[in-house]
Amino acid sequence: MLRQMEGSQAVAESVAMCRPEVICAYPISPQTHIVEGLSRLVKSGRLTPCEYVNVESEFAALSACIGASAAGARTYTATSSQGLLYMAEALYNAGGLGLPIVMTVANRAIGAPINIWNDHSDAMSQRDSGWLQLYAEDNQEALDLHIQAFRIAEELSLPVMVCMDGFVLTHAYERVDLPAPERVHAFLPPYEPRQVLDPDDPASIGAMVGPEAFTEVRYLAHLRHLRALDLIPAVADEFAAAFGRGSGGLVGHYRLDDAETVVVAMGSVLGTIKDVVDERREHGERVGALAIKTFRPFPFAAVRRALRGARRVVVIERTLAVGVGGVVADNVRGALDTMAPEGPAPYLATVIAGLGGRPITKASLHDLFARAAADLLEPLTFLDLRHDLIERELRRERAARRSGASAENLLRDLATGGV
Amino acid sequence: MPAQQIKFYQTGSLVVGNRLLDPDKRTVQADTHRPNALTSGHRACQGCGEALGARYAVDAAIRAAEGRMVVVNATGCLEVFSTPYPETSWQVAWIHSLFGNAPAVATGVAAALKAKGRTDVRVVGQGGDGGTVDIGFACLSGMFERNDDVLYICYDNQAYMNTGVQRSGATPPAARTMTTQAVGDEPGNPFGQGKNVPLIAMAHEIPYVATATVADLRDLEYKVRRAMEFRGARYLHVLVPCPLGWATASCDTIKVARLAKESGLFPVFEAESGEITSVSPIRRRVPVEEYLKIQGRYAHLFGDPPRTDVIAAIQAMADRNIRRFRLWTEVD
Amino acid sequence: MFQVRIHGRGGQGVVTAAEILSIAAFLEGRYAQAFPTFGSERTGAPVVAFCRIDDRPIRVREPIARPDALIVQDATLLRGGGVFDGLAPGAYVLVNTTREPQVPKTAAPGRVLTVPATELALKHLGRPLPNAVLLGGFAALTGVVSPESVRAAIREKFSGRVAEGNLAAAAEAYAYVRERLPSAETFTTLEAADA
Repeated sequence: MLRQMEGSQAVAESVAMCRPEVICAYPISPQTHIVEGLSRLVKSGRLTPCEYVNVESEFAALSACIGASAAGARTYTATSSQGLLYMAEALYNAGGLGLPIVMTVANRAIGAPINIWNDHSDAMSQRDSGWLQLYAEDNQEALDLHIQAFRIAEELSLPVMVCMDGFVLTHAYERVDLPAPERVHAFLPPYEPRQVLDPDDPASIGAMVGPEAFTEVRYLAHLRHLRALDLIPAVADEFAAAFGRGSGGLVGHYRLDDAETVVVAMGSVLGTIKDVVDERREHGERVGALAIKTFRPFPFAAVRRALRGARRVVVIERTLAVGVGGVVADNVRGALDTMAPEGPAPYLATVIAGLGGRPITKASLHDLFARAAADLLEPLTFLDLRHDLIERELRRERAARRSGASAENLLRDLATGGV
Repeated sequence: MPAQQIKFYQTGSLVVGNRLLDPDKRTVQADTHRPNALTSGHRACQGCGEALGARYAVDAAIRAAEGRMVVVNATGCLEVFSTPYPETSWQVAWIHSLFGNAPAVATGVAAALKAKGRTDVRVVGQGGDGGTVDIGFACLSGMFERNDDVLYICYDNQAYMNTGVQRSGATPPAARTMTTQAVGDEPGNPFGQGKNVPLIAMAHEIPYVATATVADLRDLEYKVRRAMEFRGARYLHVLVPCPLGWATASCDTIKVARLAKESGLFPVFEAESGEITSVSPIRRRVPVEEYLKIQGRYAHLFGDPPRTDVIAAIQAMADRNIRRFRLWTEVD
Repeated sequence: MFQVRIHGRGGQGVVTAAEILSIAAFLEGRYAQAFPTFGSERTGAPVVAFCRIDDRPIRVREPIARPDALIVQDATLLRGGGVFDGLAPGAYVLVNTTREPQVPKTAAPGRVLTVPATELALKHLGRPLPNAVLLGGFAALTGVVSPESVRAAIREKFSGRVAEGNLAAAAEAYAYVRERLPSAETFTTLEAADA
């Protein structure tokens, strides 16, 4: 059914259709509308049987999910940014125990400085926790991915993070097609756990594992991630057949066939990128876009195939590996490195953009693509960086030891008009 | 009123007592068909108070739950010595997640069981003082506040023993630990405010709160049984001496637990919805010195010259407990 | 694509206005995207919300830099508020005020209109919430959405007395603006003057 609604509400409806039995909720901007929506659905009786637990922290949220999932319940929670970090210990615990929890991460920057706006640093910081990471390009995909996520998680016995850009998607009103609940129920059978706390068949879960077997346990997790590379496209295909639209999968191709320049990105910025690609194509430029929809496990082979024939690859990063540069770009480089030498490897440029919610505009992208096409793009670029503000702060630091807090200095400069 | 008062003092221990009683009045442990949830083969130290306490508590809980139980265990001594890879000594559905989240995991298990219509299965969360009083405190309070249907048992050996005896929020004043060493002007743990979790639990007004020690195992079993009669959040705080950390003889575990109670330093009581309902009185009051001097963690108080000032301060704490909880009345 | 930027202060329902507008367009079978500038919730602080309307799926996500229409819910923002930044030539400007608004010289004279939305809201709603009211005026000024769609969208967002009050106020705003339109040709749906 077509609806014009807020992304968060669409996700809440979609999660409810998946019939979780336990939802643990702790609020953090910009995820709040999701847990609020689910609270209403449970309290009104629309979603039942379901226990909605208002917990006292994100650490408690995921911990309660761990208990619930281990007891055999389909389980869900959501968080962002600082909240994701606060549950970091539990993330690794859930990943290591192999519990098929599904969690929405409404991507938001991590402080300090405190920032409530969208970038990918939160999910990126937990990329090795053992959770699968799926990235939604728009709200339709966001709601679709949650349905697929429960399937994938339960088949693999692995937790799955569905990432959607905070505010940009969560708080955007747009048209979505809400599937019929019966169709979702048919797509998602009841949860059959691989391991469960059962008084009639008692077992110990979470025992210490020493040097003799730890490696093997980790390797099994690694194998499951590799299996996911086959399962995720299979589930996406099944979803397309069941619901009549493409969603999810490992990667998405946009006008790649003869592209000389390929822009790689994840999440909502892809929408803006596609508009820019179309406009540049109208002027004869051979440019295309590669959407990475599954970041963990990283689809090396699919990325490699997609980038075959490209002369330049521009990776738009919504995160910063401080002192290093990109994160997605490193993985993309890994895919390129294994390319059979059919010609020179494409030039890889990392563009750090949109940190802390800075909008990625069409104008900036046009300028960026133009420079890329003219082979003027450095290996590492910070899009729309205010060099003037940087210079002022560096001068301040050189002038005095007690130069003050950088963040506050920059804000002051910004407010008073900078240089 | 707690367990039937046994007139013969010897029968407070298992040595003689149970054999003098009718079978139906014996402890769960005396029963050859006991659940034996924590079975033999675990790697606890000789004289471990926690192993003793956990064995009694968990079996009593399972008996009360008619065999349908899930146990959530925090990281700590109990978890480590009971599950030495590749073995487990637990014969009950058991999960260990993290150090600080046992109460929250238990909340999740209870929620799942409720959603599935299986509230016949009971949930016990357990951990040491570190995991309960310190790092798990927020989760514990949250569980209390929501009145989740969980019995949480804290085995208090008054320090982070599993990691080598470091100070916790439950470490008493003047006690020596590796992070409150017996050196300097104020040797041992400073005199702080303490953190009385049983009283904090009572402040949450949860259905049932009780304290117990391994000196009176029948009382411990009773309290578990009583706790299991309630639904909602329940808290049991059990004093379990640690021979290694307390530097006591491994044969003195029960004795030193008894002295903790008889000196007034560890009040034993029950409470329901924030009001004390019963107090286990001191039978033979002892000065705190008698309790302190058999523990090496207080040895620095008995040096040359002895720290009579510190001992007096500890005695004042005991006196206050006795007054406050009405543990003992002097008869002229 | 038609791009609308709505300016106001926290507590005036700016975000809701953008959402209602997007619903109205949706009900006409068009694609619409509405989103706010995101920030901590603070009553009285300047708030901007955006709404894009198109006949094709809308993919772009950046804030609207070149609005085809501006709705100003709070006239105190007109001075120094950046309200007119990027105003496209020939763009519509609808200001909630009873006075003559200060607009830049670049604004097309026939496209700038005012409506006493707060007064209308007080009259029909009993509260100074001009957001839905202004959408009635917007429908009349631009013709981008029909008044029927605005009505239906208001009904989706609100219920009971609040809905009735908003509907009445929006209807009066629609009539008010229509009376003051310079010529009839602005009734047709206009596309943005972009590339």
